[in-house]
Amino acid sequence: MRPMANKTQSPKIAVQELDFYYGSVRALSLVSMEILECQVTALIGPSGCGKSTFLRCLNRMNDMIPNTRLEGKVLLDGEDIYHPSVDVVDLRQRIGMVFQTPNPFPQSVFDNVAFGPRVLGLTRGREELDAIVERSLKRAALWEEVKDHLNAGAMELSLGEQQRLCIARVLAVEPEVILMDEPTSALDPIATLQIEELVRELSKRYTIVVVTHNMQQAARVSDKTGLFWLGELVEFDNTARIFTRPKEPRTEAYITGRVG
Amino acid sequence: MSYSLRTAYDREFIQIQDNLLQMGSMVDQAIALSLESLQNRDRALAKQVIDDDENINALRFKIEDACLALIATQQPAASDLRAVVAVITIVINMERMADHAAGIAKTVILMGDEPLLKPLIDIPHMVRLAREMLGEVLQAFVEHDADTAQMIANRDDEMDRLYQAIFEELLEIMADKPDSAERATYLMWCAHNLERIGDRVTNIAERVIFVSTGDMRELNV
Repeated sequence: MRPMANKTQSPKIAVQELDFYYGSVRALSLVSMEILECQVTALIGPSGCGKSTFLRCLNRMNDMIPNTRLEGKVLLDGEDIYHPSVDVVDLRQRIGMVFQTPNPFPQSVFDNVAFGPRVLGLTRGREELDAIVERSLKRAALWEEVKDHLNAGAMELSLGEQQRLCIARVLAVEPEVILMDEPTSALDPIATLQIEELVRELSKRYTIVVVTHNMQQAARVSDKTGLFWLGELVEFDNTARIFTRPKEPRTEAYITGRVG
Repeated sequence: MSYSLRTAYDREFIQIQDNLLQMGSMVDQAIALSLESLQNRDRALAKQVIDDDENINALRFKIEDACLALIATQQPAASDLRAVVAVITIVINMERMADHAAGIAKTVILMGDEPLLKPLIDIPHMVRLAREMLGEVLQAFVEHDADTAQMIANRDDEMDRLYQAIFEELLEIMADKPDSAERATYLMWCAHNLERIGDRVTNIAERVIFVSTGDMRELNV
């Protein structure tokens, strides 16, 4: 929970009346949400409520799932990300993603971070690539631990370090938004707190949306929290408000644990 | 969607609430006995009220400690969080109410064997009102009843009117008979303690409204 930015901002991402279907099953119903720049937005709700589906709609990760359909709009800086002219690779460079289980490539630490810049042709030479790798690892709070072992295998790192490496890999392609789908659910409490600290730090530069099952994590790291329930966005408000004085009875029931 | 996954939490909170109600009845007793000691000029009873205040203080710390442990171990949120934080505020206010009752008892001891300046009429009335308000506000807390809490706060106006009447009456007596000033002042202290008890009940009523509605506002400003 952090103090709110007091200036009015236009949203980094504006979601307008989003419906999402898996076949004939409607997984999201008329979800509208404004995600502000350089804020942490947390999405909570019971399993199957649609929060991860919603997250994946924000960088078109659901495109790869057959027999799905989306209605409504997702605007990034006012531009419709589902417009036919949008290049999905560009989009996912601007909106990166971190997953539940750390998934580094079975390569060196350096190559993991250098992967994106190399594939996207972002660098002109080794020196520039070195600089990007160092900067990304520093921003992911991993540099001090790995700077002397950049050629060591990524799989030798602890799980918490692997997750920070995955974050560094996302940062290396200079994204604007980072989506995190339960980024600490595989981690121990200390590694979890390190990631949470990192999320706060990163939110100075990046817009972050995090799906979490851990309500206290949502309370600790986010500026805004949205509660999903059966595919609907039940309530979306400042995090402090949600955890002290929610307006909706379903939010109250969920966060106080009085629900089946 | 009504069943609770928080039975351990609920059990511990009910224990805290029971202790809160027990403290409430101890404070009520202290107020009642302080009046009795005044009416009967019973210094032994007054001393008992002062001594018993220690038990009330101890229970306050016990309840506060239990609230902190509950927050630390169970991480309550929303209305649960508001309720447990309210308990902390309520016990602080009740502890101060007991101090005011002890204040009346101390005055009784100071008065020695001097006869009362006048028959007690409005002071017993204030005591009755204070005790009713205390009982009702605790009931309203247990029942999350904001409407009743609001009505209790309104009754504090009656308390203030009684205090004002006593104040003016005693001032007149002092003007007429300057040598009665000391005895008049003693009664004024008693009435003032009761008036402050009414304010404390109002503070508790504000908390009850906050717990029930999430609306934080000052009553009777």
